[in-house]
Amino acid sequence: MIEFHNVSKVYPNGTRGLNNINVKLEKGEFVVIVGLSGAGKSTFLRCINRLHEVTDGEIIVNGKSITQAKGKPLLHIRRDIGMIFQNFNLVKRSSVLRNVLSGRVGYHSTMKTIFGLFPKEDKDLAFQALDRVNMLEKAYARADELSGGQQQRVSIARALAQEAKIILADEPVASLDPLTTKQVMDDLHHINKEMGITMVVNLHSIQLAREYATRMIGVRAGEIVFDGPVTEATDEVLDFIYGKGTTTVESFPEKQQPLEEVVQ
Amino acid sequence: MSQTKLKTDLQHLKKPSRSKTYFTLLLFVVLMIVSAISVDFSFQKLFEGFPNMFNLVDKMSPPNWSYFSYITEPMLETIRMAVVGATFGSILSIPFAILSARNVTKSKWVLLPTRFLMNINRAFPDLLMAALLVAVFGLGTTAGIIALSLFSLGIVSKLTYESIEAIDPGPLEAMTAVGANKLEIIYYGVVPQIMPQYLSYCIYVFEINIRFAAILGLVGAGGIGQFYDTNLSLFNYPNVSAMIIYTLAVVLVIDFISGRLRRSLI
Repeated sequence: MIEFHNVSKVYPNGTRGLNNINVKLEKGEFVVIVGLSGAGKSTFLRCINRLHEVTDGEIIVNGKSITQAKGKPLLHIRRDIGMIFQNFNLVKRSSVLRNVLSGRVGYHSTMKTIFGLFPKEDKDLAFQALDRVNMLEKAYARADELSGGQQQRVSIARALAQEAKIILADEPVASLDPLTTKQVMDDLHHINKEMGITMVVNLHSIQLAREYATRMIGVRAGEIVFDGPVTEATDEVLDFIYGKGTTTVESFPEKQQPLEEVVQ
Repeated sequence: MSQTKLKTDLQHLKKPSRSKTYFTLLLFVVLMIVSAISVDFSFQKLFEGFPNMFNLVDKMSPPNWSYFSYITEPMLETIRMAVVGATFGSILSIPFAILSARNVTKSKWVLLPTRFLMNINRAFPDLLMAALLVAVFGLGTTAGIIALSLFSLGIVSKLTYESIEAIDPGPLEAMTAVGANKLEIIYYGVVPQIMPQYLSYCIYVFEINIRFAAILGLVGAGGIGQFYDTNLSLFNYPNVSAMIIYTLAVVLVIDFISGRLRRSLI
């Protein structure tokens, strides 16, 4: 479904975001990406829908190269990829319904969307999406009247209304309290299970990753250092991903053992 | 070891010199004195001229109240000019504001020429612009309306593009991810975020247009200013004071209403 071929990303200031990534994510997986802040998790995610440009390599989404797509084809690939952000990224002054409907703009001509002429099916789709995340009664509320958890559920509804086949979630629960965190993660889990939408989620919390993921990818310094089922992600593996190891390892990163030795 | 290291560090760490601040201050004082001398400014003249002010007030009173009915029509014309000018200018400023906002327009080849045009427009002295437009379009309100439109365009486009640059980039990112094109991103990501400010600027520019429109007549660009010009040159001070009171009242009422409107927007 999503294939990375030798993908590298170097930021203009010389920082290496991603270093020669090769990975294939399958349809219907719930992939959780873990790693330290600045390890490249967010870059990895944002390269998939090209919010960030890669400097090298190719990313294939649903059989089409997004890294080479231009103009309309690029917009159409993006249309199939929903995205959920840490800060929800809703238009706070607009109504919940309008925010959800904005997920539909990729399906219509610019003129129609600007005059707000969404067909009835689109509105039904938006209401269904809101119903799915239990936010239907707030459809006409302004987005900034909602709590953080509610706003995040609206942004999930936006991705659902978009009829995305893949949902990328960049730290979706980082600014939420434990209770709403569970609600949002459960929503993502149900969507993944019941609708078969592929989930690629960046998380800080290892506990959450273990609870929800079917597959875990550990990123460290722009490289994938672990990729496998959650059951294989032992404490040693996580220590390696987070560079916690022994004190000596921490102070002398160049002396760190390769992952294989740690696991054995 | 760390103590000796700290000492050597502190030796490197010098207090930044303040000579730059003092020098700037000195330069400013010198500039001010030189300017005052070269324009022949003197406190003596200021005090000598002061009694003339009372003299003028004396000549102006009592105001010619009956003149009110005579100048109502030009006053209405002034307000109409301000409304039309503010409307044209505000509408025209939308593309300018969008094309000169760095977070929306990424291309320097579009951004810089747009900003350059806007700067030229703002740099032009307003009354001089109006005088030139009178030379082109002839005496009357057409020149005045165009001058007011350009004046409003300069103000609204500048304020709006600064507001656009300060918006939350999140919704733009979200709309990009949704697969929206540039126009859709602007319409769904930018417009709802700046709408209240933009409308507030439109009303604000209407407010200052009234004041500007009142003097436009001095260069023959229509409105009540023409009557100021005539009455002043005929030394008809009671008429002038009636007009000043009238203008003041209109401006105050409009300021009050527009202030109320703008507060309800934000």
